[in-house]
Amino acid sequence: MNTASATVPSRLADIVGPSNVVADPAQLAAFAIDDKKPSVSVSPQLIAEIVEIVKFARKEKLAIIATGARTKLGIGLPPRQYDIALNMTRLDRLVSYDPGDLTLSAEAGIPLHKLSAILGEHHQFLPLAAPYFDRTTIGGTIASGVDGPLRQLYGTARDYLLGMEFVTGEGVVAKSGGRVVKNVTGYDIHKVMIGALGTLGVITRINFKTFPRLLSSRAFVSTFQTLERACGMRNRVSQSHLAPVTMEIFSPGVANLFSTETASRIAPNSIPENILGGSRWIFTSGFAGNPNALARYENDLRKMAEECGAVDAAVLEGPQLASAFALKREFIPLALSFSSAATILKISVLPRQIAEALTAATREAESRHLPWVVMARGVGMIYFAILAGESSEATKQQVVQASDNILLACAALGGNATIPWCPTAWKNTLRVWGPPRADFAQMLKLKKAFDPDAILSPGRFVGGI
Amino acid sequence: MDSHAINDLKKLLGADAVLHRPEELLLYEYDGSVEVARPNCVVFPRHTKEVVGIVQIANRYQIPMIGRGAGTGLSGGALARQGGVLVVFSRMNRILEIDVENQCAVVQPGVVNADLSVAVAQTGLHFAPDPSSQKASTIGGNVSENSGGPHTLAYGVTTNHVHSLEAVLPTGELVRLGSPALDSPGYDLPGLFVGSEGTLALVTEITVKLTRLPETVKTLLAIFDTVDDATETVVDITARGITPAACEMLDGWTIRAVEAYVHAGFPVDCAAVLLLEVDGLREAAEQHAEEVADVCRLHHAREVRVARDARERDLLWKGRKNAFGAVGRLSPTYYVQDGVIPRTKLPQTLRRINEIGEKYGFEIGNIFHAGDGNLHPIILFDAREEKQFQRAVASADEIIGFCIEMGGSITGEHGVGMEKDRLMPLLFTEDDMNLMRRVRDAYNPVGLLNPGKIFPDTKGCGEIHVRPLPVAGASRA
Repeated sequence: MNTASATVPSRLADIVGPSNVVADPAQLAAFAIDDKKPSVSVSPQLIAEIVEIVKFARKEKLAIIATGARTKLGIGLPPRQYDIALNMTRLDRLVSYDPGDLTLSAEAGIPLHKLSAILGEHHQFLPLAAPYFDRTTIGGTIASGVDGPLRQLYGTARDYLLGMEFVTGEGVVAKSGGRVVKNVTGYDIHKVMIGALGTLGVITRINFKTFPRLLSSRAFVSTFQTLERACGMRNRVSQSHLAPVTMEIFSPGVANLFSTETASRIAPNSIPENILGGSRWIFTSGFAGNPNALARYENDLRKMAEECGAVDAAVLEGPQLASAFALKREFIPLALSFSSAATILKISVLPRQIAEALTAATREAESRHLPWVVMARGVGMIYFAILAGESSEATKQQVVQASDNILLACAALGGNATIPWCPTAWKNTLRVWGPPRADFAQMLKLKKAFDPDAILSPGRFVGGI
Repeated sequence: MDSHAINDLKKLLGADAVLHRPEELLLYEYDGSVEVARPNCVVFPRHTKEVVGIVQIANRYQIPMIGRGAGTGLSGGALARQGGVLVVFSRMNRILEIDVENQCAVVQPGVVNADLSVAVAQTGLHFAPDPSSQKASTIGGNVSENSGGPHTLAYGVTTNHVHSLEAVLPTGELVRLGSPALDSPGYDLPGLFVGSEGTLALVTEITVKLTRLPETVKTLLAIFDTVDDATETVVDITARGITPAACEMLDGWTIRAVEAYVHAGFPVDCAAVLLLEVDGLREAAEQHAEEVADVCRLHHAREVRVARDARERDLLWKGRKNAFGAVGRLSPTYYVQDGVIPRTKLPQTLRRINEIGEKYGFEIGNIFHAGDGNLHPIILFDAREEKQFQRAVASADEIIGFCIEMGGSITGEHGVGMEKDRLMPLLFTEDDMNLMRRVRDAYNPVGLLNPGKIFPDTKGCGEIHVRPLPVAGASRA
């Protein structure tokens, strides 16, 4: 922070009132990102206040990072500069909700679970089954770009986001899209804000399409001796007319992750031993519908599993299903809390390349005796967690080599790989955002249009944007 | 236009790929909208390298350039508003790759929408976006406009089906945006470029998602004696959380026009029909069809017919998709609007449209995507009378104004283009538009690519946009 630093809290207090400004270093520890603490945190309640804060920061050359429930701030590179934590949790109003039209507009700081509860009263939901579900805000969920198990059927936020309002790096309130379910008026700017880690603007309001609650649902689970067979099952289902709600493959050893104390809090109802235990790969797929459709799914999936060489199969429903779903949704937090130096690679490949990508990844980890666990979504998103137990230099070297090689292998397959989660101390060595990207120059142009002085979340994004 | 530029283009592309005589350009001065603008020159590149070359020549001579597919657009997106070189992609019409297992395809921009679905039909897949123009319109055009169609209700619009793009920026840079694998790291540039109405780049290659064809399709025709009953049915279906694959409405006037032309089997004495489709697993689709039929009957549907086979279904859809052609036979000119409203506001909006028609003395037909609240009022008028044209525009503006009042939007799938730029301030503040202009300028710095589109001219604030006289009959929606 520059020389004006001493007066910053009082200047911010002029905008939002002294009770909404925190300058006490002990309290600011809660806003640290990669061990970097801000000099001040400020909690606006109005968009007009955010405008003033951003304009002030720009004038004083201070860096702002918007925060919500602060569950996913570890994603990306350490901030280059971090002066003001813009705590968005007081911006938590439901602006409008038209259940008859299945659309809503909410402020960014509203917790996802709170929004879900409101929708639930109208038998509707948002398919954003994001990790840290019980705490995360919708703004944080969108800005961090995390996905969830429901993307198999519903896609990601980009598929049901209708519009957005945000404050640019110049302190200008702007919006794109609208509130109706179909709209091509103006550029779809809201799409580039998804997963941008707040580097383009401070998201203030988000408009969504909502969905009717699913009829009763169940999950089919089967186990396989090999990864190839589990992937074979995935392929078999994709070629059929079945349209499952979720579809994942888990590696052997996921039971360890799912049987910790944290896991039992998230998922109080245990999953059958024959499914979770042992050394087998697990295929799981949720489905929903009327009783006839449920019977059809169950019947077809059992048959397919048999054809694909499944060892075991089961159907989960009721509380067990809820627990299994929560475990899937919370895979990332569970992996991060499992070991102190957990490093999670996010890999995307074409669906038919899952086996190949995973074979390469597991080989790299195994040959270095690094413990690992995997969740692969049927659409081709793989979360490969290296569960390093300690952050020693030797371990770091092993993880760096393994992940470098995995990144290369994925690039060779034409896929993408990044390392969104890893120990802070390793971030300068690991290729957090993967190999350099050919479209990086085009991203820089966008950043300059939104935030010419680079005061928003500087340094955290791809290529150090 | 500089004759040196024409010579350079001929040298690059060959003489058979460059049109510049006035009589040759006539064909390219209009699209599916009521707008007219003549280019100085039309070129037909065969591959990406030629597109890069065209852009370089355009830059050398500072000539505007405008991408164009089949010219079926309804907002003037593919017209040379400020003259220049029209880059027509009809010769870049190859399907480069079909990956059945991964359910994706790589196509050149000139591939006709329906041709891709035909090419993959045997594998049980299809390209889901289905604009009514799909037998003519190109995927490149669909990408530019982020086209919708009847089945976008359940399947989403074009942007939901595009993985990545290869494109030539107006500066001549060849770029690849996004990746065939999901969640390409960094900003979602394909998400921004799809639907940018040809103002950010000339797209030269598109990787699209292919969707499995449903196991069962049930097509229903619900017949109503009042428009209100039909619109209330749509409100109720939506509120009950039933999402049909398609939910289209045709009012009585449109039905009579369609029947005279297509003979699709629509009853000519009714006030409105809903063309509803549900699809999916057999077990689910059958129940959904019953639920939908029940809701129709609850709202006094006179009759609910279910198409017995593919032939009957195709006939019903033929009636829907050829409706604009049918209307073209009745009036020398018509003006199609594309407003969107929240689905809960359908009944009062249709009533208002009717009142507006009476006020201005126009016949206004309605045939539209009721399920997603995307209206297509068709205003019939005679363009040969200047006063009628002014009144047609005034009535259209009043309809759009009402849509916005209802919390809606000015365009659901046709784009802003040069038709609705002056309406943008009704939805967006100057700050909103300035940021969008800045995004445009980031990729299109000199403004050579598709100038004069989407954003109103900032200079003449409040200036009345003077249009050229429209040409007869737009074709599709």
